[in-house]
Amino acid sequence: MSNTLGFRTKRMPEPRLIFEQSNKGRIGCNVPVADTPEVNLAAILGETRSDLNLPEIGELELLRHFTRLSHINYGIETGFYPLGSCTMKYNPKINEKTAGLPGFANLHPMQPVATIPGALEILVGVQDMLKEITGFDEITLQPLAGAHGEMTCLMLIKAYFESRGEGKQRHVVLVPDSAHGTNPASAARCGYDVKPIPTTEEGNTDMEALAAALDGSVAALMLTNPSTLGLFEPNIEKICEMVHAAGGQVFCDGANMNAMVGTTRPGDHGFDCMHLNLHKTFSTPHGGGGPGCGAIGLKSHLEPFLPGPVIRHEGETVIADSDRPQSIGRVSGFYGQFLMEVRAYTYLRAYGKQKMADISRFSVLNANYVRARLKEVLPPAHDRPCMHECILTAEKYKKENGIRALDISKRLIDYGFHPPTNYFPLIVPECFMIEPTETETKETLDEFCDALIEICREAVETPDLLHDAPSTQIVGRLDETLAVKNLNVRWLPTSV
Amino acid sequence: MSNIPEDLKYVKSHEWVKIEGDVATIGITDFAQSELGDVVYVDLPEVGRVLQAGDIFGSVESVKTVSDVYAPVAGTVVEVNAALGAQSELINSDPYGAGFMLKLKVADASAADSLLDAAAYAAEIS
Repeated sequence: MSNTLGFRTKRMPEPRLIFEQSNKGRIGCNVPVADTPEVNLAAILGETRSDLNLPEIGELELLRHFTRLSHINYGIETGFYPLGSCTMKYNPKINEKTAGLPGFANLHPMQPVATIPGALEILVGVQDMLKEITGFDEITLQPLAGAHGEMTCLMLIKAYFESRGEGKQRHVVLVPDSAHGTNPASAARCGYDVKPIPTTEEGNTDMEALAAALDGSVAALMLTNPSTLGLFEPNIEKICEMVHAAGGQVFCDGANMNAMVGTTRPGDHGFDCMHLNLHKTFSTPHGGGGPGCGAIGLKSHLEPFLPGPVIRHEGETVIADSDRPQSIGRVSGFYGQFLMEVRAYTYLRAYGKQKMADISRFSVLNANYVRARLKEVLPPAHDRPCMHECILTAEKYKKENGIRALDISKRLIDYGFHPPTNYFPLIVPECFMIEPTETETKETLDEFCDALIEICREAVETPDLLHDAPSTQIVGRLDETLAVKNLNVRWLPTSV
Repeated sequence: MSNIPEDLKYVKSHEWVKIEGDVATIGITDFAQSELGDVVYVDLPEVGRVLQAGDIFGSVESVKTVSDVYAPVAGTVVEVNAALGAQSELINSDPYGAGFMLKLKVADASAADSLLDAAAYAAEIS
């Protein structure tokens, strides 16, 4: 095995919870003597708890605790992170520099709008650039995550149909069987009945099934393009026409926008609205490093229903327009996650219009490179060029060697890589969804492919290595079933 | 290889059904449990609910995913497998026995005749 583990093989004491390191009376900082009158909390709040069991710990122990945790963590700055559908691209440091500028970082959410023209310029600047990239008439940056953006789009569609007196009649949302689970969840949350649309063997939307499902009860089709199979839907324009002919709306799940930036635009394909993940495509922090931003784009017929306030140009200035009688109302406090918008603005301006298409071209190139290099050991689910991610199947190892995709993924951890997405989309057996993103070098992709080729050899010759993996980490194979069935996330004191 | 008992009938959505008199016992197949992985939660209908063939009657949650389960034949729910509440793993260990999901009282005992037999289901999943 290659010696790629580096610092993570360092001997380290078993990590303990910070609560377990607590020692009564130990303090990490000296709180200044209060120069305000003492307040009796119990007198105001009534009964108060004294047994808070907060950890009492010195500054050095605290520092060591979190530094240790950071060393056993794995992130994009530690190594390759090909988690499909998540677009784990590198987030350039300049984003953090601009977001940290005091003029942005120190804004108060309650500050009068008249005092924040610079912030409004950023918001409207991001909106304008996203309009141009997606081909939509309007953008709102308010939704706080991808699924929140999906739901906001469906709320706009619902308000639109209600305004036309078709609210009751149109109660069905169509969702392909390859969709992200959030799609049916968002539709159900908005009170819609969800109907699945099958995918053909070639990996496209089943046009006959779609035609059969389209009637006056359909409010919308939620379509991910490129699909979760990493394939561009060749019938996309026809699909949008068909849904429109039946009086429905078409929502684009923009989780895979990274494949299209600067190259093609969902607004031009015929979609009525879409969501974007700024934390995927536009390099704002992802996952625990968030918070996210699920910006949405929409055509002008949905504009009256936008959540307020709407940030827009008015003559030479930018205003926050709250006079929105048909609005669905706010979908977040204030105006979303403002500093994420600063980061996205920085990213967009740093790339510039001319180089924007490099994002999609290189992300597609990298995915196809991985797909081609692994073709012999892990065949692609569909034998045609993919977009920004490739879907490969480990089915033959399951049948012939009793090795599942999960075992291969766990073994990848031993080789120093974060595993790709497993078992999604659900319609491909024993699948890997690998999304390298545009920010990885050929050398990194080669190291990753070499590791997977080696692991597939192990799957045949020494399968036990995979069953037991990972074996080089601070913990071994975790019991996922036990974790789900006996969820235990709260520390309880053993003695006080 | 998946275990596919000869004496049961099957549907493409991977449920099995066994008709005895006017009672249909229903569960998911060995292939289905193997694809799902460890089952951690099972959602079952109320006794008395009337189901049409093809209706969703519940869901099975595994560490990988949550899947709806469909009634292979029409009928009224007369019993659900209460043991699955505490021991959902029975679906993995004994999908055709202790891991059954529910029993329906069927109006038409011949309704299962047109479903897949073991050979046809085996062809379906190969």
